Amino acid sequence: MKLNWKALVAASLLATASSAETLRMAVTTSFYNSGLSEILLPAIKADTGLDVELIVVGTGQALRLGEAGDVDAILVHARAAEESFLAQGFGSHRREIMYNDFVFIGPADDPANVTAAKSAVEALQSIAAIQALFVSRGDDSGTNKKELKLWAEAEIAPVGRWYRAVGSGMGATLNVASGMNAYTFSDRASWLNFGNKGDLALLYAGDPALFNQYAYIPVNPDRWPHVRYDLAMQLESWLTGEKAAELINGYTINGEHLFIFNAVP
Amino acid sequence: MNSIGQGFWEAWRLIITFDPDLYEIIFLSLQVTVAAVIIASVIGLPFGAWLAVNRFRFRRYTIAVLNALMGLPPVVVGLFVYMTLSRAGPLGGFGLLFSPSAMIIAQVIIITPLIASISHQTIRDLWAEYHDLLISMHATRAQRIMALLWDGKRALLTATLAGFGRAIGEVGAIMIVGGNIEHATRVLTTAITLETSKGNFAFAMGLGLVLIMMAVLVNLLIHTVGKTERTGTW
Repeated sequence: MKLNWKALVAASLLATASSAETLRMAVTTSFYNSGLSEILLPAIKADTGLDVELIVVGTGQALRLGEAGDVDAILVHARAAEESFLAQGFGSHRREIMYNDFVFIGPADDPANVTAAKSAVEALQSIAAIQALFVSRGDDSGTNKKELKLWAEAEIAPVGRWYRAVGSGMGATLNVASGMNAYTFSDRASWLNFGNKGDLALLYAGDPALFNQYAYIPVNPDRWPHVRYDLAMQLESWLTGEKAAELINGYTINGEHLFIFNAVP
Repeated sequence: MNSIGQGFWEAWRLIITFDPDLYEIIFLSLQVTVAAVIIASVIGLPFGAWLAVNRFRFRRYTIAVLNALMGLPPVVVGLFVYMTLSRAGPLGGFGLLFSPSAMIIAQVIIITPLIASISHQTIRDLWAEYHDLLISMHATRAQRIMALLWDGKRALLTATLAGFGRAIGEVGAIMIVGGNIEHATRVLTTAITLETSKGNFAFAMGLGLVLIMMAVLVNLLIHTVGKTERTGTW
């Protein structure tokens, strides 16, 4: 953490680009907690001169910030919500940038035997079967939406004392799960970068249903003339370019890759 | 769980290595809070004094409301300021959301009632003492307020410091209106929230200790400059 801050400062001091223009972007907590932004922002500054200010919120709130014109662009991961955002004319267009996957986290001794599950739905069913403590984001974020979709597919209504919706970001949710030694649903990057794992372990991953696509959407300048659409486009071309691909694919924690670049040029 | 001990080490390490990011957020914390305290004092101190020397119809209710507002929930103030300053809100045209100005506005709303209420209580007691004197001197209402504020200045410092204390440790409102943007609106309290959410407890604790030390330093400094709490100066 500490080193990254320093690197960021050093990079911004060394940046050769003269005029610093500021772009405001709402990003999801899972993206921010992964630590990738600390790699990307200095590189963006160095290559384009753009100061990207991040507002870190859940996908639900990020979309609201875009609707209200309080940010210039958003980077989120909830396909259905993104499409409705575009359909209502709040965003100019949607560009896929990268993906990772969602994972099931839980107590290392795994009382619900999630490790043996053959699908994401089965993992949830085995947790619900013994009513093991499960901590949910409960904040209308992309991760939360995905989790609720999986519960629906598992035909389980997650209610009861074992289901704890904390209404917080990814990191705070992992903290609660760690404190209660409970199961939870996280994106892989946040989990790998999390500093308070306690007795928790990654128990299940790999179902194609757990695919997690991140997309970039500039706020529609026709709706909000004050947004910096020019800067948003500049950032988009960087995010979909070679340098971004290299940095995103090269970002690892303990040898594990966190994101895979999949922007189509 | 030895994070608390680690927190102490982390705090010292941050301070003695002159971590530039740390000093940046300390500076912003002070900048926002001091600005808010100054504005709130300029509004709150005279208002409290005015309430103490005036008799009017709804005085009792005004005081009750003012006292109740001391407990104004910061998160509600944050939400209110957010909705007001949002591009979609009534003052959206100024583009103030997610700026230090927005944070100052929120803090002024939070601490003005506190400062005004303590000021009112202080001045009321002083007014009971000075009443006959000031009336016999035919002091105008403004002169009375000025005289009371001047003679009560030491006690009013407490009001200001109480405001400072509430503002510097506040997180709910400034998180919402400031957005906790690195190098722009990140202050000590929001940085602590962020590090806690990342599970970096020792680092968060270190920042917390820095915050407490800073609050103590500011209070000491003000007492030294104001020469209060010393024998013979009352």
